[in-house]
Amino acid sequence: MSITLTLADWGSLFLHFISLSLLAVGGAITTAPDIHRYLVDETHWLSDTQFTSSIALAQGAPGPNVMFVALMGWNVGLNAGGGLAAGWPAVALALWGVLITMVGIMIPSCTLTFVATQWAHRNREMLAVKAFKSGMAPIVIALLIATGWLLTGSHDNPARDWPLWALTAATTLIVWKTKTHMLVLLGFGALLGALGWV
Amino acid sequence: MSDISPTLHSAASHAPNNKTDLFVSFTLLALQGFGGVLAVVQRELVEKKQWLTTDEFVEDWAVAQILPGPNVVNLALMIGGRSFGIAGALAALSGLLLAPTVLVLLFAAAVAGVADTPVAQGMLRGMGAVSAGLIAAVGIKLMGALKNNPMGLLTCMGIGTLTFVAIGWLRLPLAWVLLSLGPLASVWAAHCIKQRGTA
Repeated sequence: MSITLTLADWGSLFLHFISLSLLAVGGAITTAPDIHRYLVDETHWLSDTQFTSSIALAQGAPGPNVMFVALMGWNVGLNAGGGLAAGWPAVALALWGVLITMVGIMIPSCTLTFVATQWAHRNREMLAVKAFKSGMAPIVIALLIATGWLLTGSHDNPARDWPLWALTAATTLIVWKTKTHMLVLLGFGALLGALGWV
Repeated sequence: MSDISPTLHSAASHAPNNKTDLFVSFTLLALQGFGGVLAVVQRELVEKKQWLTTDEFVEDWAVAQILPGPNVVNLALMIGGRSFGIAGALAALSGLLLAPTVLVLLFAAAVAGVADTPVAQGMLRGMGAVSAGLIAAVGIKLMGALKNNPMGLLTCMGIGTLTFVAIGWLRLPLAWVLLSLGPLASVWAAHCIKQRGTA
């Protein structure tokens, strides 16, 4: 996949991640549906496959799952540079993409956290703090479920994709009901995929 | 912001020695965190390092969840900032992010070389379906916490369903949903808490 990004495009990419940062209540992953809307549906800077595999790779690698943002920045930059086959200039653009998206998603929320922490800690019995916490809880939880739904729902051909849906549903059940290690499940998914069963 | 009065955090028996300690500790923590970061954070910071007692951890984790941004990033900023101010927060943050970023990019580049083969495509498809399930399952697990919500389980389910339909089905921008439903739900929660207080 190859795209062209102007300086203004890079600017709006940065601004989009800046604006998402403060909305990432409950973890960066809750912004995934909106990143999908922006990067895949609206601008077409990222393919659906790249979007889904960025999240899958970030889940399969160590570290906080916000790493999926770095991977999306990497892929957008790589697309802008003409793909990995284009060599070092593409890698440089990909690293630039990582910087733009990660700094964008981090700066606002980190600043707010640093400033607000002491205040929130001292005022944890205050009505406003409790009300925000209680009010946001169902929204944050629903966002997680919606993210799972959107990730697997991007495969929308029932005749071909039902094994994928079944795998997602089975994973949900297993993680919910057992303590199976996530790496085991990811490895199992990779194996099923490699064998062509899903 | 660099210091919280010691009375708030007197119970923990240890504290980070210096900024290098923070950086190294959070690097090691991040490299162990495959998906289940919360479990690793709790084991490392509470049981091994003893920088926090269990109670302090639960409180800090709640605040880390309330604030926007990745929870574990917020927690790193809080712990680093408490000991060494902004320099400590940055040390913990870079420890948490630096090594994983390098690793995940190497991983992606390695996969990209063979990404066009049907086997690699299949593996990514399979992993994608699994990670969708992982994320949904975390949401379902957390639903248990709604039982104690002052708004009541039924209202919570209503708000959750609205959110799900708006995002998952109508595909509305996240900002619209959070900025409309968020304040409404918070105001209603405040009302419910007050009612409970006076009842």
